[in-house]
Amino acid sequence: MGRFREKKSGSMPKISTASLPDIVFILLCFFMVSTTMRETTLIVKVRLPGASEVQKLERKNLVSYIYVGQPIKTTYGTESRIQLNDQFATIQDIQGFVAVEREARDEADRRLMTTSIKADRDTRMGIVTDIKQELRKAGAFKINYSSRKAAKLK
Amino acid sequence: MRNKREVPEINAGSMADIAFLLLIFFLVTVTMDVDTGITRKLPPPVEDNEVIDFNQRNIFEVLINSANQLLVEGKPGNIATLKEETKHFFLNPENDPNLPEKKPEKIDLLGEMQVSKGVISLKNDRGTSYETYIKVQNELTKAFQEMRDELSVEKFGTKYDKLIDPQKQEAIQSVIPMAISEAEPEDVGKTK
Repeated sequence: MGRFREKKSGSMPKISTASLPDIVFILLCFFMVSTTMRETTLIVKVRLPGASEVQKLERKNLVSYIYVGQPIKTTYGTESRIQLNDQFATIQDIQGFVAVEREARDEADRRLMTTSIKADRDTRMGIVTDIKQELRKAGAFKINYSSRKAAKLK
Repeated sequence: MRNKREVPEINAGSMADIAFLLLIFFLVTVTMDVDTGITRKLPPPVEDNEVIDFNQRNIFEVLINSANQLLVEGKPGNIATLKEETKHFFLNPENDPNLPEKKPEKIDLLGEMQVSKGVISLKNDRGTSYETYIKVQNELTKAFQEMRDELSVEKFGTKYDKLIDPQKQEAIQSVIPMAISEAEPEDVGKTK
């Protein structure tokens, strides 16, 4: 019996774990490359509406975002506000914002630029319409009404 | 020769743990959200209020008021039936004289096709809620998507978004264009 056990333990070679860090580092690099960090902090409340016919937004670096919703801090009131980059903005700021965003992209990519409107589902259409009119004037025709993918609508 | 002492080897056993910690940190902080939404193309700004004349029978009017109620072709409408009504209007299967005209057009890959001249006119109030607006847009998109799918299955045997050949996609698109027109909004409800 003893001899038998001895033979078994002897035949078990040690697995080298030296390459384990490399494997994990590769995983880490994959995650760092494939994910994007959220670069703006929201100061308005955005609960996206649900829709079933949504399309994925391709080429995220060509997308500029306009957030619309009630301010998170109630000291700013409850009226729906527009957020561009990291601050509150007014309707008049949109054309300038589009111009700046366009300037930051490659010339070849400019006509592929999309503006994503991330509006809260309780927003009134008035403010959204104003934004759309400004975007038309600014020449940013491709827009995307950001919405969650919902399998079935209530 | 004396100088070349043996360098003590650094224990790399904990390296894996460090890397795992980093990995977990990234997994937790990073947001993997995919941005999705309904894509639309805005029309270029109109110069002086030029009125484009449309035959009344070619227009499918969808109105949304500030209380989020629908008026479809002059009758109170419902989001649940909007899709079917849109499809019926656009395709006009019985060639009803009150529904849009069709124009025979020669299209690559498909040959002579009856292209509907119907246009969906969507008009909303400034007080309409965004959620309702998106729901309506969603139903209209679904109607067009389904019509494209049906035609695509009939002609090419696959659904529209499964078509690989961009020429085939274009052919389907020219038979069923995404004809949604948005009118300038009105402020009837005065709820700015």
